[in-house]
Amino acid sequence: MALTDEKIAELEQTAEKIRETIIGMLVAAGSGHTAGPLGMADIFTAFYFHILKHDPKNPDWEERDRLVLSNGHIVPVRYAAMAHAGYFPIEECATLRKFGSRLQGHPERIRLPGLETTSGPLGEGLSQATGMAYAFRMDGRRERVYCLVSDGEQEAGNTWEAALFAGKHKLSNLTAVMDRNNIQIDGMTEDVMPLEPIADKYRAFNWHVIEVNGHDIPACIAAVEEAQAIYEKPTMIIAHTIPGKGVPEIEFDYRWHGKPPTAEEGKRFLKELRTLQGKVPNEYA
Amino acid sequence: MQNANAHLSEKIFSSDIEQAPTRDGFGTGSVEAGKSDARVVVLCADLAESTRAEKFQNEFPDRFVEVGVSEQNMATLASGMAAAGKIPFIASYAAFSPGRNYEQIRTTIALNEMPVKVCGMHAGVSVGPDGATHQMLEDIGLMRMLPGMTVIAPGDAEEARKAVVVAAKTNGPVYIRFGRAATPVFTTADTPFEIGKALMLWESTEPKVAILSTGSLSYAALAAAQQLEQEGVGSVVLHVPTIKPLDAEAIISAASRAGRVLTVEEHQAMGGFGSAVAELLAERHPVPMKILGIADEFGQSGEPDELLKHYGLDAGNIADAAQTLIALVY
Repeated sequence: MALTDEKIAELEQTAEKIRETIIGMLVAAGSGHTAGPLGMADIFTAFYFHILKHDPKNPDWEERDRLVLSNGHIVPVRYAAMAHAGYFPIEECATLRKFGSRLQGHPERIRLPGLETTSGPLGEGLSQATGMAYAFRMDGRRERVYCLVSDGEQEAGNTWEAALFAGKHKLSNLTAVMDRNNIQIDGMTEDVMPLEPIADKYRAFNWHVIEVNGHDIPACIAAVEEAQAIYEKPTMIIAHTIPGKGVPEIEFDYRWHGKPPTAEEGKRFLKELRTLQGKVPNEYA
Repeated sequence: MQNANAHLSEKIFSSDIEQAPTRDGFGTGSVEAGKSDARVVVLCADLAESTRAEKFQNEFPDRFVEVGVSEQNMATLASGMAAAGKIPFIASYAAFSPGRNYEQIRTTIALNEMPVKVCGMHAGVSVGPDGATHQMLEDIGLMRMLPGMTVIAPGDAEEARKAVVVAAKTNGPVYIRFGRAATPVFTTADTPFEIGKALMLWESTEPKVAILSTGSLSYAALAAAQQLEQEGVGSVVLHVPTIKPLDAEAIISAASRAGRVLTVEEHQAMGGFGSAVAELLAERHPVPMKILGIADEFGQSGEPDELLKHYGLDAGNIADAAQTLIALVY
């Protein structure tokens, strides 16, 4: 589908609706992560509403693209995006983290169709996505595998074991997107454990690397399209994002990594969000 | 006396009984499983020869995946490959898999309900000269606690072959434990093997003790029963290759007939096979018990036989432990 200005505006509106849903579900849950899900709303919108070959009514469709979420703690954004895409009713988002809900605090494949895997413990998703991509190549299958990873989990050895393997096998059907928001629970990534030069690290592991503004939806889509045209390497898209994006008072603040808004904060955040009217400014543009 | 329905080796008590390490059964079994199902793949972490994965590698080079020294990656890659329709076997030493990659197995295989078959080689002190780092003694405990995980410790290379073939046909994750040292091949192709079923090896008419054993020590348990018989003491020897799910019926039946239960395993006495049996019997048929295993310590270098003797797991020590248990007054 062509990416017209209208389509871009529609995607930006969708991203805002997803942010609204995220704030609402976190307030209802009373626990959970805020900064990451808001920061990744644009990228999830790009995937679920433009990039992915998928069928919300048939989540187990064999020929679907696989979207693996490695840093499972930002799953509210995935649930919100899936609900808006039609996987399940938006009202179900209010059950996040509640007893008996399919929307577990960290995603569980067995409970909710369409999740692809169970995640939360960090550093494991890239390797699972690599296994999928490797198996698809063995069978000559054309499904693409996308993996969303955090920057903090680049501190985990399992990630680099997978990076070595995917580089060795030139898994061009594998595209990873790193949520480079520079925060983790204990502070800024570069204080906790410096990752830079992270792009060079992946290049050294024989990956194609693209850096992009993670809030510029057309740019994110273009980066994924570029990755699809790279035949000899897996691609890592480093998406620079703002934690808490859309709610100015919590943007860039690592203290919002792991807590939800109160009911009152939720109301204020929604008001701040709505003043944007779907316009998401491009700080990196 | 020996159970005829078990179809054990004709040379069962002969000194020239065939000897082979249970890991050989992984090599032959994985090739067999690979021939009957094209979805079977084998992943290995730089130990193709000693895990016997090279047998599969030679037969199916395109379905063999060398991951290098990265056991965590091996588990998570396998989870991903299973999600894409494969039936992956992952082979390394048990000390590293499930020793090093336990959380990956817990989250991405067990909780995720992926049909990955974890094959842990070099379990027990009978690894020998390599010493404590490589002598895994905690794997049964680790793996049997995981919901949905089937746990098998085959008694010999032939049963190991069958266990691998059956595991490939079983939905869900399976852990199979293998040893490094050559041990007697006491079963035959005709010996029945089914997940969750124990195998009666020996039955005296008036048993005073039931010896329940798992893994290759079942042969030592059988030798102990023969020795006890010569000493005028009847016993039952039940080989229990599947530690989870346990064959509750067979275990309770043996316990009720003999009245006392001695369990034998090449694993920590804490948390392993004996503990599983004790959990079952404490709830459903309490009898006096002794759990024979490694007593809360690590192994060390030595030859397999001298280590098994040192840690009280040879036939003589098993017979002695049985006599002590029978003599106990409660």
